[in-house]
Amino acid sequence: MAADSATTEREDVDEHGQPEVDVHVLWINAGLSCDGDSVALTAATQPTIEEIALGALPGLPRVQFHWPLIDYQVGDEFMDWFWKADRGELEPFVLVVEGSIPNEAIKSEGYWAAFGNDPETGQPITTSEWLDRLAPKALAVLAAGTCATYGGIHAMQGNPTGAMGVPDFLGWNWRSKAGIPIVCVPGCPTHPDNLSETILYLLYQAAGVAPMIPLDESLRPLWLFGQTVHEGCDRAGYYEQGDFTTEYGSPKCLVKIGCWGPVVKCNVPKRGWINGIGGCPNVGGICIACTMPGFPDKFMPFMDAPPGSTVSGAASVTYGKAIRELRNFTFKTVDEEPKWRKRGTKLLTGYKPPW
Amino acid sequence: MTRVSEAPVGGKAKKGGAGDLVEMAWDPITRIVGSLGIYTKINFKTKEVAECYSTSSIFRGYSIFMKGKDPRDSHFITSRICGICGDNHATCSCYAQNMAYGVAPPHLGEWIVNLGEAAEYMFDHNIYQENLVGVDFCEKMVRETNPGVWEQAKRTEAPNAGIHGYRTIADIMTSLNPFTGDFYREALHQSRVTREMFCLMEGRHVHPSTLYPGGVGTVATIQLFTDYLTRLMRYIEFMKTTVPMHDDLFDFFYEALPGYEQVGLRRILLGCWGSFQDPQHCDFKYENMSDWGRKMFVTPGVIVDGELVTTDLVDINLGIRILLGSSYYEDWAGGEKFVTRDPLGNPVDERHPWNQHTIPKPQKRDFDANYTWVMSPRWFDGKDNLALDTGGGPIARLWATARANLVDIGYVKATGDSVEINLPKTMNLPETKLEWKVPQWSNTIERDRARTYFQAYAAACALHFVENALNEVRSGNTKTWTPFEVPDEGIGCGFTEAVRGVLSHHLVIKDGKIANYHPYPPTPWNASPRDSYGTPGPYEDAVQGQPIFEENPPDTFKGIDIMRTVRSFDPCLPCGVHMYLGNGKVVQKRHAPSMLNSPE
Ligand code: SF4
Ligand code: SF4
Repeated sequence: MAADSATTEREDVDEHGQPEVDVHVLWINAGLSCDGDSVALTAATQPTIEEIALGALPGLPRVQFHWPLIDYQVGDEFMDWFWKADRGELEPFVLVVEGSIPNEAIKSEGYWAAFGNDPETGQPITTSEWLDRLAPKALAVLAAGTCATYGGIHAMQGNPTGAMGVPDFLGWNWRSKAGIPIVCVPGCPTHPDNLSETILYLLYQAAGVAPMIPLDESLRPLWLFGQTVHEGCDRAGYYEQGDFTTEYGSPKCLVKIGCWGPVVKCNVPKRGWINGIGGCPNVGGICIACTMPGFPDKFMPFMDAPPGSTVSGAASVTYGKAIRELRNFTFKTVDEEPKWRKRGTKLLTGYKPPW
Repeated sequence: MTRVSEAPVGGKAKKGGAGDLVEMAWDPITRIVGSLGIYTKINFKTKEVAECYSTSSIFRGYSIFMKGKDPRDSHFITSRICGICGDNHATCSCYAQNMAYGVAPPHLGEWIVNLGEAAEYMFDHNIYQENLVGVDFCEKMVRETNPGVWEQAKRTEAPNAGIHGYRTIADIMTSLNPFTGDFYREALHQSRVTREMFCLMEGRHVHPSTLYPGGVGTVATIQLFTDYLTRLMRYIEFMKTTVPMHDDLFDFFYEALPGYEQVGLRRILLGCWGSFQDPQHCDFKYENMSDWGRKMFVTPGVIVDGELVTTDLVDINLGIRILLGSSYYEDWAGGEKFVTRDPLGNPVDERHPWNQHTIPKPQKRDFDANYTWVMSPRWFDGKDNLALDTGGGPIARLWATARANLVDIGYVKATGDSVEINLPKTMNLPETKLEWKVPQWSNTIERDRARTYFQAYAAACALHFVENALNEVRSGNTKTWTPFEVPDEGIGCGFTEAVRGVLSHHLVIKDGKIANYHPYPPTPWNASPRDSYGTPGPYEDAVQGQPIFEENPPDTFKGIDIMRTVRSFDPCLPCGVHMYLGNGKVVQKRHAPSMLNSPE
């Protein structure tokens, strides 16, 4: 059948009656994930998925999504697109990966995460094998959410699967055949618009109307992750006055009850969560640094004050200085992943495998 | 129809007469959250599913990596179990922590949690029903699977057309077409507005930023509730037309396909763990749990053969058993027992989540032996380990609430045989009463129908919560959080309803750290494999023996009736479904080989 649920509905059809497609988006949600980034994308309003799928923005190439969350197709009909891509018959395509990549090499058999079956053996095909098969053929690889970008929750200390992010798996210096580095949109889950806007950017780049996507050293789009939570937080006035709450539910600055905003790169307080509504510190939630490579290990226990923030100081001057020092000191370490997230045949997370 | 298979799954493909059995599998199943595969044998002569196996292809290991962590991190961590109802986990974890720390939130804090959770039900059921399940009932799908039904739909006037505006059943189906259907798009829009409501209360969807043990960090102002209420009233107006429209659509299936009630039919074995605490009564003490559990705005209950067996959360708690069955884990029998007696002195079983150990054992998938990462939770009624299902949530919730006959807040009222939902006047529509009646069957259509009604139920409850929250703020009670200390030793349990059904969290604290933590979401209940006694899990049981109404022959077979059944449970595991035919017969250009047979 021609159109998927998320196919562009514009009427151009090729000689086989298939819709003409300029770019395919292949989405693998079978990393270790909660599917929260797929769900987040359905919340995006700038742009919405309908706008992308129906071509409601100027200059957008015709795109077809192969996205498990809402796809019309099921089972083999759905998997067929991935096999086509593997055979080099789907050009061009963007590969979206959701979820961290477990280390399948630390055990003798079985699988941690799989997607479809191997026609030869009848056994499930691991998600990491799909990455090995498809990444070299993709126009770009997009890691959606903190699990896929840096490992995230499932790569926490003591985990049994040896999970890691896509750059840990493919290599931080990996480039697609079009010369594009892995594009990381972290967030647990990713901010809906941050994801849809990055997809939009890549589609424009694929259409040749946008230059190379600008990324920082952790492979995040620069325009989205250039500032800290603290810089965008509407409680900064309280912080400025040295007015810190010690209880949840107050409109004041949350730094003493666990807010990591000063050292975290994320635009959520500025952008709100959906359509400008919600967020984290701006609405009373501590920033637990869910966009950061060091998440979650370097920020736990979440409800304790970050180190350095216990420095007493009613006056913002004193406190501000402490914060700046904390920033310079911690920025580097929290922007780095824990050491155990890497390939190899040994599990380094601290868990003693019973197998 | 329910039929327990005696034949071992991995047997060779039957030849000759038994060759009427064709193997079919769908892996991954799309339009759900997570990874699920369904493997079946279908008899195309009798048009019946002979066998069904459900498998999940993902393991993450929460119970393992939570060990030794600060217990106050547990709601942040467990929220990440699910990307569509993570907040239900965060909420349930806070309930369990409240019990362990001996703290209860200020009333206002609890109303805010209820408002957030109500918005989650409104959002999640809405997007799931209209944008994922709805596609199985849309024009495009019905034309491809049952052209005869499509023709009939075009000729059938919709009884409630005057309310919802779609003249024929076919018009309803067209409105559900992916992306191009106007109702499909309206539903997507509503799913965003309800998520805005959620974010007003809980900050970030789907992993909340403002939930804590002891209450919430949300700043409670008049504006907060105004912003929520205005959106809520628009949603209520939307529900007034959505419910009758779905009644028309679902009733039509019974009419167009006589016998459709057999699809997804299973023995009525439903569990509901209750939802929405009443802060006037809930103190989070285990000793009082039977009482405050019965004050919840959705009543907890176990239903066997249509009748209520218990509404007591203590009974419910003590009856939970985790069996390994056909899953990839080692048994923990003889391992350390964390909790021998509950705080009331009742003995706690070795197979209860408080005493569970999770010991993964990755291995090859073998339908003769172990074939999934999902364990088998069961509920022990004193005699049997019952394979309860949640029916995707709403059917069990409404059933338990109706039969228990305890809830009456005006906007919603249980009657014993039904639940009344009273919606006030909205912009364009008058006051409206909807009534969900206890159905005759636990089947695919009734699971889907209940989902629509429960959206309205949650919205009506939210009206009650907004009123109570505003009363608190107007009387100057703006505190939303109560301080607490984490004890060195302690236990806790939380019970609520995740969107798709029962959710429990069991926590044990030692030396101020997590010694054991086992969450049990709905999907393990529903997607569980054959357990240690050979009892199949609910999906398997519901699909096994069900009739096939699809008009397509085997080589163009889409399995729509099976898809509808599986999706009626609202599966939510990182899982999916492939499709292949047995006996070397290939349906698709590329297909998964016969997974139910050992390769030769
Ligand atoms: S709440 Fe957090 S982000 Fe906001 S001002 Fe305080 S420290 Fe900065
Ligand atoms: S503000 Fe902090 S916790 Fe919130 S989304 Fe950004 S990084 Fe995550």
